[in-house]
Amino acid sequence: MSGDPANTPAADRRGGAGPALHLSVHDLACRRSGRLVFAGLGFALGPGDALLVTGRNGAGKSTLLAILAGRLRAAAGRIALSGAGEATLPERLHWIAHRDGLKTALSARENLAFAAAMLGEERFAPHDALERVGLPHVVDMPVAYLSAGQRRRVALARLLVAHRPIWLLDEPTSALDAASQEMLYELMREHRAAGGIIIAATHLPLPLDGAQSLAIAAPQPGSQAQGAAAAPDWDDWEIGDVSRASAGRRGDP
Amino acid sequence: MTRAFFALLARDLRLAARIGGSGVMGLVFFLMILTLVPFALGPDLNLLARIGPAILWIAALLSTLIGLDRLFQADEEDGSLDLITASPLPMAATVLAKVTAHWLTTGAPLALVSPVFGLLVALDGIGMLAVAATLFVGTPALTFIGAVGAALTATIRRGGLILSILVLPLMIPTLIFGVSAANAARGGTVPFTTPFLILIAITLISGLIATIAAAAALKQGE
Repeated sequence: MSGDPANTPAADRRGGAGPALHLSVHDLACRRSGRLVFAGLGFALGPGDALLVTGRNGAGKSTLLAILAGRLRAAAGRIALSGAGEATLPERLHWIAHRDGLKTALSARENLAFAAAMLGEERFAPHDALERVGLPHVVDMPVAYLSAGQRRRVALARLLVAHRPIWLLDEPTSALDAASQEMLYELMREHRAAGGIIIAATHLPLPLDGAQSLAIAAPQPGSQAQGAAAAPDWDDWEIGDVSRASAGRRGDP
Repeated sequence: MTRAFFALLARDLRLAARIGGSGVMGLVFFLMILTLVPFALGPDLNLLARIGPAILWIAALLSTLIGLDRLFQADEEDGSLDLITASPLPMAATVLAKVTAHWLTTGAPLALVSPVFGLLVALDGIGMLAVAATLFVGTPALTFIGAVGAALTATIRRGGLILSILVLPLMIPTLIFGVSAANAARGGTVPFTTPFLILIAITLISGLIATIAAAAALKQGE
């Protein structure tokens, strides 16, 4: 971790020319409107790693991504990012949430140009990115006219217009047809080969070779806290009303 | 960072132009209120001229509320706020960019057309100029104050009414000094600059406080 060149664009270019990025999360807990969503989550990811977050509906997969993206605050735990210079975690990641984040009144090109300007570190021009996701014909069409799958692909094209080493993908394959899913898998392979990190929340199996897996157990009202080896350090922990999320890690590459 | 700021500003201006939304609606609403008042009061030109600045200011204040509820809610709903969060732009700068774009499409047009609409309430030349000038420096304060309410109600469906109730009381000082400056310009014991400078101060102070407050509210919102 040679600190100072981390922020220069040259060091940040993909291919891992800069210091390697490491993301580690310890004992993460989240509480929303008084209810414990999950607790004790932890993982560590290095360049080229991928993490598959699984769990039932409402288990807190999207919540975990929102915490990493800086939109929600964790109740407890620690998120550490090394090798990113002074940049914070939200500034180093792409977040493709379940909402596409597109303005329907603007064309696909305008949406992507806006995303590139907001995120910085441009890579592909909007037109080239759309070509890559198989939508060269909708470049100047308002997003309102596009189908759900096409909108999803425009949102995924954001991954290409700006370079961010960490990708947070929330159900990335939703509404995508088979060919588009293949396209997405190819993008993910390329990103990992270039030293990128992928964290994907999904129900469907994604072909991420050697990916770590994080299963967030569905919260069950009144369930006993089990296997609390890592002592939780949040304040008002009550056994009766606790929904325990157990985090498992398997298949390290 | 500067680039992200202007990209956001340009996007909001483009959206306002494309949907044709709140800017035009605000102007039409402004005209409606001004048309109603002479009908309600009757054809007493002296009375109308005397209360003209006050009517214009109240109409402008109410028109500012139009579309304000969508200021952050639209971005919250379609996920654009998620994208904005990932940009290096601080949340306060995000608020500033969005408020500037909103004011340019709602408040500024009101100030520009107010001399023409002043005809409806029998304002004289000086009065028209004074109202336009006070609206020009006063409506940013209204938009800034409204932005705090918009940020607080961003995640509430049909938050428009709550928003109005939240922010209208906070707009009273702006209204008082806006109207008194416009009246002072038409003669009286108080010089025009005294209330006018206070109005400018209100705009600057609300700009600072509201930007920080709205940013804090957006960060809390989930």
